[in-house]
This record gives sequence, C-alpha cells and structure tokens, in this order.
Amino acid sequence: MADTKAKTHPDRVVLYLALVMLAIGAFFSLTTTVFLSFANLFNLLESYAVTGIFSMGLLVVLVTGGIDISFLATASVVQYLTVLVCRQVGIDDVLFLGLTVAIVIGACIGMGIGSLIYYLDIVSIIVTISMQSVLFGLLMHASGGRSIYNLPAWMFRYGGTHSFKIGDTAYVMGVGPLVLLAMAILTWFILNHTTLGRQLYAFGGNPEAARRLGVNLGRLHLFAYGYLGAMAAVGGITQVFRMEEVVPSSLVGRELDVLAAAVLGGASLMGGRGGVLGTILGVFLIGVLKNGLNLYGVSSYFSDVVIGLVIILAVIATHYGKRKETEVGFV
Amino acid sequence: MGKNKTAETSRRLPERPPETPPARKRDSLVVLKHVSKRFGGNYALRDINLELQKGEVHCLCGANGCGKSTLAKIISGAHRPDSGASIEIGDNRYDELTPQESRRYGVQVIYQDLALFPNLSVYENIAFEYNLGHTRLYRRERLRRKAREVLDELAFSINLDERVENLSIAQRQQVAICRALVAEAKMVIMDEPTASLTRVEVNHLLDTVRYLKSKDITVVFVNHRLNEVMEVSDRVTVMRDGVLVGTYPAKDMDEERLSELITGRKIDFTLKGEAWATGKVVLEVKDLSRAGQYQDVSFSLQEGEILGVCGLLGSGRTELALSLFGLTRPDHGEIRVDGRPVTLRNHRQAIQAGISYLSEDRLSLGLILKQSVADNMVLTIMERLKNCLGLLSREKRRQTVAEWVKRLDVKVNDSEEPITTLSGGNQQKVVLAKWILTNPKILILDSPTVGVDVGAKSSIYQLIHQLAREHIAMVLISDEVPEVYYNCDRILHFRQGRVAGEYRPDSIGIDTLSEVIGNG
Amino acid sequence: MSNRSNFWVQLPAIGLPALLAASLAIFGLLLPGRFWSVGAFESMAFQMPELGLLTLAMFLPFVSAGFNLAIIVTANITGIFMAWLWVNMVPSDAGTGLQIFWVALGLLGAMLIACLIGVLIGSLVAYVGVHPILTTLGFMTLIKGVGIFITRGAPVSGMPPVVQFLGTGSFLGVPMPMVVFILTALAMLVLMNRTSFGKYVYMSGSNINATYFSGIGTHRVIIGIYVISSLICVLAGLVMNARFNSARMGYGDSYLLLTVLAIIMGGADPLGGFGKVGGLVLALFVLQIISTGLNLFGVSQHVSLAMWGAVLIFVLAAKFFNRRYYLPWAQRRAAGPDSCSV
Repeated sequence: MADTKAKTHPDRVVLYLALVMLAIGAFFSLTTTVFLSFANLFNLLESYAVTGIFSMGLLVVLVTGGIDISFLATASVVQYLTVLVCRQVGIDDVLFLGLTVAIVIGACIGMGIGSLIYYLDIVSIIVTISMQSVLFGLLMHASGGRSIYNLPAWMFRYGGTHSFKIGDTAYVMGVGPLVLLAMAILTWFILNHTTLGRQLYAFGGNPEAARRLGVNLGRLHLFAYGYLGAMAAVGGITQVFRMEEVVPSSLVGRELDVLAAAVLGGASLMGGRGGVLGTILGVFLIGVLKNGLNLYGVSSYFSDVVIGLVIILAVIATHYGKRKETEVGFV
Repeated sequence: MGKNKTAETSRRLPERPPETPPARKRDSLVVLKHVSKRFGGNYALRDINLELQKGEVHCLCGANGCGKSTLAKIISGAHRPDSGASIEIGDNRYDELTPQESRRYGVQVIYQDLALFPNLSVYENIAFEYNLGHTRLYRRERLRRKAREVLDELAFSINLDERVENLSIAQRQQVAICRALVAEAKMVIMDEPTASLTRVEVNHLLDTVRYLKSKDITVVFVNHRLNEVMEVSDRVTVMRDGVLVGTYPAKDMDEERLSELITGRKIDFTLKGEAWATGKVVLEVKDLSRAGQYQDVSFSLQEGEILGVCGLLGSGRTELALSLFGLTRPDHGEIRVDGRPVTLRNHRQAIQAGISYLSEDRLSLGLILKQSVADNMVLTIMERLKNCLGLLSREKRRQTVAEWVKRLDVKVNDSEEPITTLSGGNQQKVVLAKWILTNPKILILDSPTVGVDVGAKSSIYQLIHQLAREHIAMVLISDEVPEVYYNCDRILHFRQGRVAGEYRPDSIGIDTLSEVIGNG
Repeated sequence: MSNRSNFWVQLPAIGLPALLAASLAIFGLLLPGRFWSVGAFESMAFQMPELGLLTLAMFLPFVSAGFNLAIIVTANITGIFMAWLWVNMVPSDAGTGLQIFWVALGLLGAMLIACLIGVLIGSLVAYVGVHPILTTLGFMTLIKGVGIFITRGAPVSGMPPVVQFLGTGSFLGVPMPMVVFILTALAMLVLMNRTSFGKYVYMSGSNINATYFSGIGTHRVIIGIYVISSLICVLAGLVMNARFNSARMGYGDSYLLLTVLAIIMGGADPLGGFGKVGGLVLALFVLQIISTGLNLFGVSQHVSLAMWGAVLIFVLAAKFFNRRYYLPWAQRRAAGPDSCSV
C-alpha cells in the first residue's frame, strides 16, 4: 500500500499561480482605469524584467537543493568591473565583447562559489552570506559608494528606452523584457532538454543516488552556481541599460523578491522542484501586486508590508499539507 | 504450555570446508582478491577473496553488519577498498573501481534504498544513465522508447510519465531493475530486494531473475534470508563479521545450515515455554479503522502477554502501531487502557497512558546518530532527571545510564561518545532502554531485531521475556516468523489492513504459519 | 582509548584560545600604547554586547539546524517601540522611580511584540514545515517594511537618563551593556546545559523526526526557540537604544554575518545539533578585539565587512580539512597501531 499522498503536480502549481494572477489582474483592471493599458503593462514588464532574469539563475541553484543570496552582490560587482575592464581594454561600442566580459566575470564568481560549496563541503547558505559580504564590501570600498555615469558606448546604445508603435500609438520600452524572454527560453531549454539540466533535478531529488550513479557532481555545482553568476551578470547589465548608470548599492537588499518568486513558482529549498514558467509567473504576480498597489496610491513603504505578507501567506499555502503525516522536519 | 522444539544447546560447530563449484564451469566475470575495508577504527571487510561467474545467480548471505553490503559497494565502485586489494574485471586488473568504471564493465547495482529520483518520471529514471557522461541534448522520445522496451521485455506495467514518488515500493523496485537493464548490464547486484515485497511480488522478481540468467547476466543477491532466493541461486557465499566463511552450491544449503554458518553456532530455537499473562486485560482495541491503512481491528492484550503481529510490509501493522502511539488518529473505533477508553491526541498522551512505541526505523527514527549514547538513552525521561531546582542533575543522569548499560549488557566504552560507535545490536539495546525507562504498561516493538547480530538478538529476546515477567504487555511486530513464533503467546496475522487470523504457537506448526503469512 | 580523552583528537580545540592570545599580542605590538590601554578595552567592552546579544539570539535557531535572519529587524523594531514609548510618555523631569517604571513597561511591551514574532515564525516552521531561511527572510522583509513605514526611516531619539546610563554607565567597573550581556550569556548557558529544553534543542538540531518519535513535543520546542531568540533581540534593541540614544531600522545590519561567524568559530556544527555558549563568548571576544584593532588601524567599514566574510569561509575551510584529513589521522593514532577493533 503506497504511503504517500498524491503530491502536488508541478503543472497544478503553475495553474494556480496563473489563476491567482488573472484574478488579481482582473481586480485591478476593473477598479483602476490605468492598469490594463499598454503603457502600464509595458512599464510593469520593464520594471520586473531584471528581477525575472535573476530568478532564472536562482531557480537553477534552487533546483539542485542549494541556495545563494549573494547574486545581487555579484551583479553589482559585475556592473562595476565591466565598466572598468571596458575602459581599460578599450571596448567602447562592441556589444558582444562588452557582454562577454560581463558574463565571464559573473560566471567566474559563480563558479568560485560553487567550488567552495562542493570542494570544501560547506553549507551553501553560509558560503553565500560570506561571499555577499566579501563582494559587497570590496565593491563599496573600491567604488567609494559613488555611482558611475561615464559608461562605455555600448551600454548607452542599447540602454535607455526605445520607441515602437502599436497601431497609431507610440510606446517606449527598454530591452529588459526581451532579454528576460531570451534568458527564460535558454533556462527552460537547459532545464528540460539537456542532460545536464535533468541531472540538476536528479541531484536535487536524491543527491546520494546521483553520487552513486556517477553523476559528475563537481561539474554540476560549477555549472549551477556559474549559471547564476552569469544570470546575475546579465541582469546587472540589463539594470545598467535601464538606469544608464552604475549605482553600486542599488541592487543589494531585494534578494527576497527573487527567492519568493521562485518559491511561489514551485521551487523548494530542499531541491528537485521548480520550473521556468512558474518562476516567471511568480515574479509577475509580485509585480502585478506592487503595480496595482502603486496605482492605488499606496505608499511604497506600505506596499512592502503588503508584499511581505502576501509572500508569507503564499508560502504557507504552497507548503501546507506537503509534509508526511508523521514528519516534523522542513518541507 | 508449549513443547520444546529443538533440544540441542548452543555449541560451536567445526567449519565445513568450501566445496568445489558445480559441474558446469562458467567464465569468471569479476574476481576479488585480498579486499579489505576499514571505516575509522572498524574493519568492515577482511581479506575477501571471491569469484563471480558469468550468468550465475550468486547469493551473498550473512547477518546484518557482516559486510556484504560493503562488498557489493566495492564491486560497484561506491566504496574504495583499502590498499592491497585486487579487482579483476573484464580483462583488466584494478586496485579499486570508480562508479563510472564499474558501470562501463556492466556492473549495475540495485541498492536497498533503490537510489531512484523521486521527483523525476519513470522513464527518466529508467533511462537515466543513457545520457550520462555526455552533455547531450535530452531526447525524450528516444528515452521513452528505450524505457518502454525494457518495461515490455520484463512485462512490467507502469505508467511512463508517473513520478516515481507516487509509486508503490514494488513498482519502484521494478523501475530500479529496468534501469539496470537499460544500461546493458552484465552483472546486476541486488541489495536486500525482497525485504518489502509480498509473496506474489517476490515470485515476480524471481521470474525476472530467471529471465536475466537466461540472458547470461550474472545476478548477485545480497540477502540475509535464503529461503526466498534458494529457488534460483546457483551458489551461496556466507560472510560473518567481515570475513568470508565460504562459498557453497545452493542445492546443498538449507535454512538451518545457513544459520549455523552465518552465526557460527547452532541456533537455539525453543518455544518460550512459560506464559506470564496475568489475566488482567490492559489494552483493548475495538473496530479500529483508518481509511487506507487498517480496518476493523479488534484484539485485547493482558498484562505480561506477548502478542505477535505478523504480516508483510504494507499490511497495516506499523500504521496501527502509530495510531496506538497517538501519532495518527483513527477514523473510528475505540482504544481502552485498563478498561477506560482513551483518545490519544498526540504521542505524549500515549506515553502518559502507558503506551510506548519502538520504531522499526532505528537509524532515522529510533536514534539520533550524532549524539551521545547517554543522551539517546535518557531522551524520553529528561523530566525525571531534574533536581530540586528544576535543573538537570548530572549525577542522576550518570546513574541512570550506568544502571541500564549494565542491566542490558550494552557494550560501550564511554557513554558520552556518539552512538554511531556502537554496533547495531547495542544501539538497539539503548533504544530499548530508552522506552523501558518510560515505565510503559504496553510496549509496542516494531521489528526490534532488524540489523541486530545474533548474539544481541537472543539477549533482546531474553529481555522481552523478562519484561513480560514484570507484567508489561507487549506487542511484537515482525516479519520474521520464527521471531514471532518462538517468543509470543498469540500471533495476529495482518493482511491488507485487516486481522486475517489469530494463531497460537502451541497449536500450529511454524512451517504452516510461514506458509500462511508468506502468501500475503 | 576514547576519542574524548586523546590529546591529538582534542588538539584543534586549542585554536580559539590561541587566536585570542595571538590577536591580543599582535595588535598590542602593532599599536603600542593605543591598543593595550584602558580606553581601548573599555570601548571594546561597551561595543561587544550588542553583537553578543544578537549572537545569542541567533545561537538557539542555529543549533536547531535553523536560522533566524530576522534578529536584527526584531531588535530594531522592538527598540523603536520602546524608544517611541519613552520619548512620548516619560516627562523630561521624571524621577528615577518613574523612569524605571516606564522602562519596565516598555520592556514588557517590547517582549510581547517579540513573543508574537517568535510564535509566528516558530509556528510556520513547526506546523507548516516552511524552511527557517525562507520564513525568517519573509519576516525580515515584513518587519523591516513595517518599521520603515512607521518611522519613515528616521530615528527616534532622546532616551530617558536611566536608559542612557544603561548605555554609558558602569557597575563595579563593568560597563552596563556588558553586565546585560554576561547575565544573558549565563542564562543561556544554564538553559542549554542544565535544562531539558536545551537538550531537546540539541537533539532536534541533529534529527528532529527521531526526537519527535521519542515523545518530545518538538512543535513547542521550535516555537520556544524562536520566541527566546526574539526575546533576546529585545535586549539587543535595548542596549542599542541605550548606546546610540536612539532607535532606527537598520542599526546593526552588518552584524548578521558576524553572529554566524562567532557561532561557528565557537565550535557549532553548521548542520546543527552542537554548539557551546562558552566557545561563542570566547569567539565574540576575539572578533571584537580584531574589529577594534582594525578600527584603530583606520581600516574602512567596507573592507572590514569583506574581511569578515573571508574569515568565515576560511574558518569553514579549516573545519573541512580538520574533518576530512586531520581527524581520521588523529583517530587512527588514538586507536593505536594495527587496531582491528570491530
């Protein structure tokens, strides 16, 4: 007799999320005039694209059962270093090279973290708390906390907003949402259609079995954390595109938004679960909520409280009933 | 009451020399020489020499802790042997194997814990190794086809897309076997495969083994019971305390001879002899039911009585025990202790009512492995170790631990050392002490001698008898029929959540009882 | 010979005291006259307790294989509550008796708030099974949001004299904050070593399911852990109020890493189940010494922060090498040559 209750099917999580988001969206559409406008929706997409990009990287790490809260520090460091390197080496208007520099820096930091976790057998939360301090501390010291406005040309060219037309009306939007789309598709492909991606899930589901079956665990860790580092880099650069400046301290502190989005979307801190679609929905669920509250004129201080509450309630909802009857540990 | 079954007392038998293998000479697949393995200060394996032939079915037998699982893991590469070992496989000789190397030679292991990925689907698990080693594109269609092929070949019917965590244990085992075959195994090592299967499922498994044999695949059973696999085995290797006792043709082997070889002495199988039931009913269970777990269970238990509960895994025995211990709540029915009905809302109420439960899963639920022996032992009665200020008294703790270490003859050097330093049998004694200290009226023992060496087993049985003498009622849940037969006053047979029958050892033979219970 | 009494196996325990002695010596030599001075030691003794109290607050959840990322915001918000109460209710000419009354009332109110927070966090972890990292991260955001919303980010300043004394005065030569810390540390010591609750915390940290199956009410233990943790945060908030003469969201933000560092340096196992208050206190002294030393050297805050992160990684790396390479060697030596004990 099987002793397991039917577990929540991952597709069902996505369905619930979509429904909730539609409900909230409908609510805001009906009660405000502005919500359902293209301008607002593009703004929404634009505002949360960077969070979405970060969440793609974090999802990959969560799937392996680890956690990393240093990615925003990594993103900030990448922003700063990329500008420096581009200036040093003379990369001014070549997007490809500039991006490569950024991604390489991010991936290297990520792989460094992955190595510490795997080869030194240290719990991921502690490594990443430490790395956040190391990265952020060094960054603030080196930059003196000052913003950089003098960016290489490639950042300006693709940054800012671009106009386009739908019908007769002109709209503006940055490249953020497109980058998010690309990263989402890439992550989805890796997680679902490459062996390495499936091994990530396998390891998250049963690390000991993965070891016994000869999965290359070192490579797996390097990839997962390296990928998060790369996504941090992409997100960081996208943020620079948006803001058209590098502000060293602007990103750090919003880790929970990204983590909550992934967890709402079905990922678990215990590993083995989660998917791209759910995570994206999680990001935009939070985004829609914040956007709606904003349209209502709720102060941003208070909307933080609301979001915090919603996240806690949502986490309760996704965790409730997942434990076996006689278990008391974490789910 | 009760007749004496076997009159012989324990004595050491001279070891019989290993006999030559049977007539048909097969080629060797794996030859192990001088394999030793040490974990910390303990030797798990000492100088093992073993030859495994192509296409044979070989049984590795021995008591828990004798090293057979470790040996299997050395062949599969999950463990590395100490220096000086030699493993000949294929045409090469190695000092040690990695998992990748052993898999390349076609060695597949089905571990006791199956090592499946619960969050992945059936076909992904089965075809997992297909892509291992290449960062290739994941061709789902090809994987599904391969998985379907193997499933059909073995005549299993499982939904390819179902997540493994939703499958029953027998189905998961089928998935594990399929996985071994997809990888084109030359040798399949099965570690205790029959532990959780019903008779019907065991037969199905043996059919599969015969099929593998027909394809010239070597099958190695690691098992501590022979009767199930005797039908298909060619040779049996017996291990004891890390040493290889000998390799024998299966047809020359029977349960009794095997026990002798495993333990080194003749087992004293005597019926309990005395009964200590006082007649006062201390536990009554009436029509207890819980949807999906057990139905209409009724029985009564007297002081000093030992009630056996036998049945295959999944028959509801443990689920019933959990409800008696207050961890789960029955849907309807009544529990009475000392004549008064009790509603057990949680396990603390159960302990207060006098019911204690020794879990079948010693390693994850019975013990806290990293903590000390002393801490484990007194965990249940911490409140009693307080001094007048309400603080824990070191002296009382020390005394309690020392007293019970002595009473139960627990072999331990230092009670403050982690409990992992103790052998399985001694660990179990500590768990027992932990529960006896709660002064239970009713003690439920769930598979108390699993993973316990024979010496400790018999001292645990003696302890159970002693407790009965002291008027403690006991429920002994076990799937080893001899254990229940020789120690209990009455035996309840559980099947699919219901009480299928009640037997008394003095009115039924052990073989008949084994038949009844083994048939699920 | 048991491992516990063997010299080689126990040798690594000398690490922390050695580090203490070394840092005292090194900084004393490098900063002659400035380090080994009454002023420097006094300022260390005033500074350490707030970190010390926060570390004690993190200690309980850590040992239970959990985490409390919300300790600092809890300290902040209870501090803000107390500050608000005192600033608004205590007349500026109030006598000592009246001040003490209000201080006690404020403390009581703050502890009630802390209890509420602790119960909520503990319930989520115990009854729903949400991972403590996620739970406390969520509460951290929530509480921070509430705090900033209430104060608009501004500090609440102007503590009554009694409270100021708590921040700047001494008792028998020992700075008041240190008195608070020492008392709390002693209480924690008794709690962990001599009460059944403490034992349950250790056991839950190693294996909560087995502890549950042994008849322990682990739900209550978990809630107790987070309630006590939050209550200690109140004390930290009180000390910070006293020392800075104001309360604000964000005070002590950089302490989070240091609390984890102190606990791990003090000998706790990152996986839970083990940890000693004594080691923790010793580690705190070492950290404070190094921190003050660096400060006197003029090292910037940011570099300090980065350095602490590196130190934590280094400590964990050292533990790894100890576990993987040194300890088995020492144990083999302890067991004696050619030992074949089974």
